[in-house]
Amino acid sequence: MTLRAYVIAYLLFLYAPIALLPLFAFNDSTIIAFPLDAFTTRWFAELWTVEALHAALWNSLLIAVVSTVLATLLGLAAARAAAKYRFPGKRGLMGMIMLPLILPEIIVAVSLLVVVIQVLGWPLSRWTIVAAHTLICIPFSIAILNGAFQNLDASLEEAAVDLGENRWSAFRLVTVPLIAPGIVASLLVGFTISLDEFIIAFFLSGAEPTLPVYIWGLLRFPARLPVVMALGTLLVLASILLLVLAEIMRRRGVARAGLKDKGGFL
Amino acid sequence: MDTEARRGLLLISPTALYAVALLAMPLAAVLAISFATQDFLTIDWTPTLANYAEATGEPLYRQLLLRSVLIAGAVTLVTVLLAFPVAYYVSFYVAPSRKSLWLFLITIPFWTSYLIRVFLWKVILGFNGVFNTSLQGLGIVEEPLSFLLYNANAVVITLAHAFAPFAILPIFVSLERIDRSLLEAARDLGETYLTTFFRVTLPLAMPGVTAAVLIVFIPTIGDYVTPRLVGGPDGLMIANMIQTQFLRLNNAPLGATLAVLSMLTVGLISIAFVLLTRRWGRTQ
Repeated sequence: MTLRAYVIAYLLFLYAPIALLPLFAFNDSTIIAFPLDAFTTRWFAELWTVEALHAALWNSLLIAVVSTVLATLLGLAAARAAAKYRFPGKRGLMGMIMLPLILPEIIVAVSLLVVVIQVLGWPLSRWTIVAAHTLICIPFSIAILNGAFQNLDASLEEAAVDLGENRWSAFRLVTVPLIAPGIVASLLVGFTISLDEFIIAFFLSGAEPTLPVYIWGLLRFPARLPVVMALGTLLVLASILLLVLAEIMRRRGVARAGLKDKGGFL
Repeated sequence: MDTEARRGLLLISPTALYAVALLAMPLAAVLAISFATQDFLTIDWTPTLANYAEATGEPLYRQLLLRSVLIAGAVTLVTVLLAFPVAYYVSFYVAPSRKSLWLFLITIPFWTSYLIRVFLWKVILGFNGVFNTSLQGLGIVEEPLSFLLYNANAVVITLAHAFAPFAILPIFVSLERIDRSLLEAARDLGETYLTTFFRVTLPLAMPGVTAAVLIVFIPTIGDYVTPRLVGGPDGLMIANMIQTQFLRLNNAPLGATLAVLSMLTVGLISIAFVLLTRRWGRTQ
């Protein structure tokens, strides 16, 4: 009983910040504190009028889409290689690919900054962020797809080959439909990570800030904070929507493979 | 090399090459530039240990690194201690059909805008913040508590929140792997509930706890957002200095040196920790 009470208190701790967001987003006061003032939707209305915000949002969406597609393709290749084949250096290679999962993000940011600026002498652009986000999304993609491949019955693809398909068409016609939910989950999770990532984007964004970099700029101006709260509320809603979709996909994949559900991704 | 090995290597090569080009080589470049010097606007690549001498000699850098390690250690301790009972509850008391829903609930806050979450902790812990106004409203304290924000405590609370799922999930996975009949056997052989936990459950859960410790401790060192927003002057960490060297002072070589030194410190501490827990596991 005490354990249950503790777990509920812990969940309250986890959800406290997000629960406060909408309260301040609809509060008619520029001061982010209690007691609350009147109800207003003007902070949301203001979101529509800020040009710089729209530019940052489009930039972030573009970066997130390209990074998550690249990461899922590269993750798919690595996860399939790891699940299907035995080859020399497998542990080392997989270790290197999965390293960004545990490496501090500032190290990834600094190392790419050094290469782009000091070694190559290129200007920073949204493509440097795409390169970095792809790198950090690959391990998540592999973790999700590993689950999908492990649930997969290898004999299905072999049967297709025996029945006259070549290896590529067997993969495309048999394996891809079976792991499709995993692929969609990987795309959604990668998109969410990239859209929210700040530490690397702050180092690598040139003249075009991403949405989190733009938000970071706003946090310095007290008068702009309610707008940030409104924006945050929308972002939280969007992330929850994407994650619920990803979770539904993951569960559908588990069901499709005819297995019992053992837990979430990550 | 047989066909299988060749196919495997061929299939993994795009991803592996990507990691080499965008991770291994850039890390090597950081190491290389840490031995170079900033010569006004250009980089002088003549190898020198000057940056290392400056980084280890200057008390400010030593203090920041030491503080980062202490804060990351405190964050890890708090996060893992708070997370263990949650993982235990989900693994042992939640019906199997509802486990994935619980894990989903635990991970959702982690996926929502990191910057805004950190900022909201500033709102919660501030002088006129949610926590203080509630305490005053309830009549528990008369004056707002000022030790909550702009110090190391605030950094620890905020990071313990940010890294919660990273601690809960590995512990949960290792608890799930425990054969429940071992626990019954221990009880049948006369162990109490408590001694069963410490002599059977906890040692078997150690791989998960170790993973949780590493996956919280190592990335924590590299956070500069939380210290900047809620840490105040006494809560700044080495990552803030790395950021300053790179983006403000335009001294990439010194920034790289600080990055190398902090990774070295974190790496050594992590290796020592893994060795210690292994030895502890053997004596059990």
